[in-house]
Amino acid sequence: MEKLEKYGKRAFFALLLALAIALPWIGLKLYQLRVLTLALAWAIAAVSLNLILGYTGQASLAHGAFLGIGAYTFGIFTERVGLNFWPSLLIAGLVTAFLGLLVGLPSLRTKGPYFAIVTLCFNVIVFKVFENWTWLSGGIQGQKVPCPSFLTQRWARYYFVLGALLLVLVVVRFIVKSLLGITFMSIRSNENLAEATGINSFRYKLLSFTVSCFIVGLAGALLAVENQHLDFTVTNYAYSFNLLVYVLIGGAATLSGPVLGAVGLYYFLDYVEKSLGEYRFVLFGFILIVAIIYFPRGMVGGLSRLWDWAKGRHASYRAREVTP
Amino acid sequence: MTILRVEGLTKRFGGLVAVNKVDFEVSEGSILGIIGPNGAGKSTIFNLVSGIIPPDEGRVVFQGKEVTGWKPYRMAREGIARTFQTTALFEELPVYVNLLIGYRMRTRSGLWDVVLQTPRARREKKEAAEKVMEVLAFTGLAEYAFRPAGSIPQEAQKRLAIGIALMGNPRLVLLDEPTGGVGMEETNGIIELIARIRERGITVCVIEHKMRMIMSLANRIVALNFGVKIADGVPQEVCEDRAVIEAYLGEQHA
Repeated sequence: MEKLEKYGKRAFFALLLALAIALPWIGLKLYQLRVLTLALAWAIAAVSLNLILGYTGQASLAHGAFLGIGAYTFGIFTERVGLNFWPSLLIAGLVTAFLGLLVGLPSLRTKGPYFAIVTLCFNVIVFKVFENWTWLSGGIQGQKVPCPSFLTQRWARYYFVLGALLLVLVVVRFIVKSLLGITFMSIRSNENLAEATGINSFRYKLLSFTVSCFIVGLAGALLAVENQHLDFTVTNYAYSFNLLVYVLIGGAATLSGPVLGAVGLYYFLDYVEKSLGEYRFVLFGFILIVAIIYFPRGMVGGLSRLWDWAKGRHASYRAREVTP
Repeated sequence: MTILRVEGLTKRFGGLVAVNKVDFEVSEGSILGIIGPNGAGKSTIFNLVSGIIPPDEGRVVFQGKEVTGWKPYRMAREGIARTFQTTALFEELPVYVNLLIGYRMRTRSGLWDVVLQTPRARREKKEAAEKVMEVLAFTGLAEYAFRPAGSIPQEAQKRLAIGIALMGNPRLVLLDEPTGGVGMEETNGIIELIARIRERGITVCVIEHKMRMIMSLANRIVALNFGVKIADGVPQEVCEDRAVIEAYLGEQHA
């Protein structure tokens, strides 16, 4: 049964990947391809948040700010400094990770809801700074972001972001399956016990946060490339909440959850935008409430519950046969 | 040879002196029992020795090295492991992962080892798995290996807490009521486990309320009342000590 579950899971994800690869060739409108590319970039950001929130148990509400910082670092180095695509992408990740380290040093000394509040405050400050320092952000007009020649085609950008997402997933999988990942989870599970078992929890929280910021910085850069434009709203703290919802609805502390949550919700909200306009957020809120009450472990948790239910029906059927 | 020496240890919580100038020594390879009525300061002493809270006065000397006021993770790395009175586990994680976490401090693989899948990361993972197998067998938890720690029976949880402490190859383990909330029959299994820990040359300090158990197990006993040490000696002496009987049963029985 366990083997079947393992193969079933593998088949499911292989099918999903095949679908993702085939999508540009099965009559998808160019506009939809663009929406999907953005959704995949958001999925990378959600995967990064999952590392610190889902696996390490620290609810960062600053990921909107770090996304924006990554996007602007990339934008500034490509457009204003005139650096190439690859070094700029790397610098975007590194600058975001470094700022994450600086923010983490004081904020990760707080715990639980206090950490969420401190990081949210940081995001609000960053948002206000980018709004007002127009020399940095370009204000409402924002700035242009150049697109390298190999990414001028929409499908090329789609595949590029898809590839980046897969790479990030592989790295995160290496981490969570290792002794390092187990260390992160021990802090989420019981920080005091982790300390008493010789784990310097602050150091590992800082590491998890810094890695998470590196990845979200890359996601910001990819969003900037897809949009070929940037303005200060990219640092909006509303994005921190969006990411939080993607992770929670998809399934925290699972590899696929944040991807399913981000792609599903982003695509869905875009789909209903025309018919519902601003009212789509009411629907969004409704989905959030239903999901938290009925699927506390998110979409992935819901799927595995469905699987258990199917299995359980079988098991209870057999149990009834043997009970007198 | 003395492995742990505590000198003039004092901790105040506001106006209350929870631990008051307590001295004691533990010799290597022995079992020290710590007894006393509720609120005597037993668990506070464990918290001071394992670094959960810093003492106000006094010294903690472990293997000849002063470790007073060190953080818990440094104490653990130095070789002082502990369990908690309210059994602390990584509840949603499987039993074997709980044990793996206990071995983490003996490994060095960092981010790059993991991302690049270096030989060190693989070697340490293998070492850790071997240690897990050993401790699973030693604590008799093999049948629960893949169950979430929070879902196994109370007595197995107590053994798991001890197992996590043993994973890091400690020199001294502090057990805070290892048989608390466990039935009499199952208590024997835990007593036997503690005896086997001593056989391995690991020193044990144990807080216990079950007198018969502590009398048979401990080499020495320290008795506390209201944060003050009232007796210290071999079990028989402490058992017959006037101050100890007074503390437990009241003056008229002494």
